[in-house]
Amino acid sequence: MRADRIRLPHAAARAAALTLALWLSPATAADAPAADVAPTVAADPRLEADVQELAHKLRCLVCQNQSIAESNAPLALDLRNQVREQLAAGRSKEDVVDYLVARYGDFVLYEPPLKGVTLLLWGGPAVLLLAGVGWLAWRVRRRAVESAAVAALSEAEHARARALLAGAGPADVPPSSESRESRS
Amino acid sequence: MIPELGHFALVLALVLALVQAVVPMIGASRNRLALMAVGRPAAQGQFFFVAFAFACLTWAFVTSDFSVEYVALHSNTATPLYYRITGVWGSHEGSLLLWALVLAVWTVAVTVFSRHLPDVFLARVLGVLGWISVGFLAFMLVTSNPFERLLPGAPEGRDLNPLLQDPGMIIHPPLLYMGYVGFSVAFAFAIAALLSGRMDAAWARWSRPWTTVAWVFLTAGIAVGSGWAYYELGWGGWWFWDPVENASFMPWLLGTALIHSLAVTEKRGAFRSWTVLLAIGAFSLSLLGTFLVRSGVITSVHAFATDPKRGLFILFLLVVVIGVSLLLYAWRAPRLSGGGSFAFVSRETALLGNNVLLSVASASVLLGTLYPLFLDALGMGKISVGPPYFEAVFVPLMTPVVVLMMFGPFLRWKGDTLGPVVRRVAPAFVASVAIGVGTAFAIGHVTPRTVLGLALAAWVVLASLQQLLARLGERAGASSAARLRGLPSAWWGMWLAHLGVGVFIIGVSLVGSLQQNLDVKMKEGQRAELAGYTFVFRGVQDAPGPNYDAARATLDVSRGGVAIATLQPEKRLYRAQGMPMTEAALDIGPFRDVYVSLGEQLPDGSWIVSLYFKPFISWIWLGCTLMALGGIFAAADRRYRKLAERRAPAAAARQAA
Amino acid sequence: MKAKFLVPLFLFLGLVGFLAFGLTLNPREVPSPLIDRPAPAFTLARVDDPSQPFALADMRGKVWLLNVWASWCVACRQEHPVLVDLARQKVVPIVGLNYKEVRGDGALDARGMALEAETGLAIERARRWLAEHGDPYTLSVLDIDGRVGIDFGVYGVPETFLIDGDGKIRYKHIGPITPENLQQVILPKLEEVRRAG
Repeated sequence: MRADRIRLPHAAARAAALTLALWLSPATAADAPAADVAPTVAADPRLEADVQELAHKLRCLVCQNQSIAESNAPLALDLRNQVREQLAAGRSKEDVVDYLVARYGDFVLYEPPLKGVTLLLWGGPAVLLLAGVGWLAWRVRRRAVESAAVAALSEAEHARARALLAGAGPADVPPSSESRESRS
Repeated sequence: MIPELGHFALVLALVLALVQAVVPMIGASRNRLALMAVGRPAAQGQFFFVAFAFACLTWAFVTSDFSVEYVALHSNTATPLYYRITGVWGSHEGSLLLWALVLAVWTVAVTVFSRHLPDVFLARVLGVLGWISVGFLAFMLVTSNPFERLLPGAPEGRDLNPLLQDPGMIIHPPLLYMGYVGFSVAFAFAIAALLSGRMDAAWARWSRPWTTVAWVFLTAGIAVGSGWAYYELGWGGWWFWDPVENASFMPWLLGTALIHSLAVTEKRGAFRSWTVLLAIGAFSLSLLGTFLVRSGVITSVHAFATDPKRGLFILFLLVVVIGVSLLLYAWRAPRLSGGGSFAFVSRETALLGNNVLLSVASASVLLGTLYPLFLDALGMGKISVGPPYFEAVFVPLMTPVVVLMMFGPFLRWKGDTLGPVVRRVAPAFVASVAIGVGTAFAIGHVTPRTVLGLALAAWVVLASLQQLLARLGERAGASSAARLRGLPSAWWGMWLAHLGVGVFIIGVSLVGSLQQNLDVKMKEGQRAELAGYTFVFRGVQDAPGPNYDAARATLDVSRGGVAIATLQPEKRLYRAQGMPMTEAALDIGPFRDVYVSLGEQLPDGSWIVSLYFKPFISWIWLGCTLMALGGIFAAADRRYRKLAERRAPAAAARQAA
Repeated sequence: MKAKFLVPLFLFLGLVGFLAFGLTLNPREVPSPLIDRPAPAFTLARVDDPSQPFALADMRGKVWLLNVWASWCVACRQEHPVLVDLARQKVVPIVGLNYKEVRGDGALDARGMALEAETGLAIERARRWLAEHGDPYTLSVLDIDGRVGIDFGVYGVPETFLIDGDGKIRYKHIGPITPENLQQVILPKLEEVRRAG
């Protein structure tokens, strides 16, 4: 979900419009006092957004289980700076990832790369799903067949019971098939 | 002296647990009432002694008895009283004692609320719970005695981990453990049923409220934990797919499947062996979670100190508890086939489908959590499996779950015809897709994930409304208030819990799509703008706490010239451990949170301040609350309370068995 | 029919096998992908004479150890006697990579410090430490900002790399060297590399 964090140029305005619609309260654009505007930490917020996005996908090696974006460990700070510098120098995210993987291995990636040893990891859920759905289909089919057989049987029983009862006289017949179904 | 009493109480508790584990079981197999009757007092006595031990440890914390090693490591004279008390479960030994206490609480609850159960069955349930208790008490006494003395005593304690010094941490562990450990009751019912060969609608009816209540606790526990992570970790994330989070999430998924499977077993007598397997599975995953947190095989933010000896002990416990129960399952389950028949298009199929999907989701989380360990064990390198993987896998698996979840209630038991049902739900379905796409465009964030999330949420809400109207329409003539009241509590439970899922998805989708943040360097009087909000920095004061020093910033938040809140985030340094902590400040609203956290001070005197705008994030926890509330409604259904008088289900069960 | 019901048990037992094996592993030790690859080239100033640069290529043709250390590193103090001992036996040249001497020290606030001042302080601290605890290094170089450390995939101090005559990394030891793992792992590995070279 964090991966989805995308900063659209007009996201603020749109979000404001949405909340406005939900609140039904008028919120006009701020005509704030001419106080100083605080500078952003990042010289280039656009770049910083990329840095943050990438940093969230990279694991801090010295931490228990945190990304280098979350951690304040010195190494995490260094690696964040590396990422920033390299992105600022115009290298692509893939380049930066390759750079870190070459030094620290796949361990730094929170999204494990698809390769031989991770085939089972990435394919596992799909295999499990197929197996599960297959099992389900088989179970339900078998059940349906049994159920049809039971229905046929009870139909036959019905007929027999009707025949018996017809012979025995006008007794108060319980709805046999119904009661059986609801109690079994 | 008091710690020794606590230690001694634990030994006595272990002895009573052994009695509870062995005697009623023998009684049940020989059909000797006197032996079976031992279970109840033994369980209650065990509860007394575990509670006594717990009180002793609490006393050691309250009085800052640093001659007890565990207290010296996790408390400090300057720690506020309430955190001294919650420090009891702040680390491995004490939380294990909490585990044992919670198990004893559940066991006593069984002895109190299950008087209507057949003696043989109750004896076996208590026996199984007794064995689990034996395992954990022995584990505590052999490897992790919380009363271990430190001689000579430390002059001052090292204090509780500052991360845990938070109101959320006061209630999170007890809730979570009530959930985790609560599945032991469902497990014990399943094992008792396997042992007695009695696995019928009545059994399902007995298990259901227990399972549901445990699930409610687990839901609440996970929700509180994620809320804690949200405001305590300082950057507004709420779920990290950390192994320890997964350890609580896997039993939740399987427990959810179990609740639904039990419904089918109770109503229709079907899925019996599957239900038993789920009951074993849910508790097994709870135990596995305990192993993962405490053995050090996996690195996690929350893992306790690594100790292979402890790991070996729990692994042994795992093998005994789960291995024996699965063996028993393999032996007894083949007799459990049969049950009510149903057609392909039926509510049973929908429920079974969701069961399969939830189990696959649970297994996938397990796979992702343990895969690094598998590779490492096979010498195939080290990898990390993190949020990107789990999100990629989880969303496709849960999407059909949510679709089926709302489709199922429209279907009739046993069999239905697809045509009319599809015609009934089609308008809501089409409308949901339209709402999903439309809203995504309206908020200017058209990604597949956002469209999917919003459409699913709309589907849940619309279908819920349709179900409510349909139910109300069934009793035409009565006043609408009477009609609302006339619906059974269990139905309301289902409805609320399902609606909660929808609310949850709204929160997740919107916060994922629309959240914004900004890091600024602020000096007194400076302002920053984010998402239409204006933040004015009013400076930083010293704000020392009982066991920490803090710098507290003050920010005025306004919107369109209207003052909204004054937020005071802090940066704390806990004295005993020298550990810095950020305390975020939040203005929580129904449609958005504004979240501010204070970073470092820069050499030029300005402070780094992180500003966050989190739309609809509280809907995540609102959704969880609705789910938990739904569980409470379901468990409170009248038919469970009338169980004592009713022997009818037993008759039906005998026929089914 | 019955075998089907044994499946969960077997799956579980398989899982237990892995978990048991997992108990013997250290999840925090990350193997280096640089093994059997050329060591990243660097040129850094020497601690004993900062005007004189040292380059990786200077060691070409020799089998040597690159030991990452810092005066603030507690574990380094623990392994140091082992290194001093090893140096006395003249088994293998050891080059020290002094890692983030100033800015790595949590007790110091190095922000805003000029690079020259930081370098000066680093040299002073490093020399003092070596004088105090003994100097096992053929020479030590200054990695002020930890950049070379990152190139080598250093994630904790101390770490030790075994580099062969072609400049390839042949082995990486993570954490302090103890007499045991020196005898049992590092020296045999060194012999192996020498024979192969």
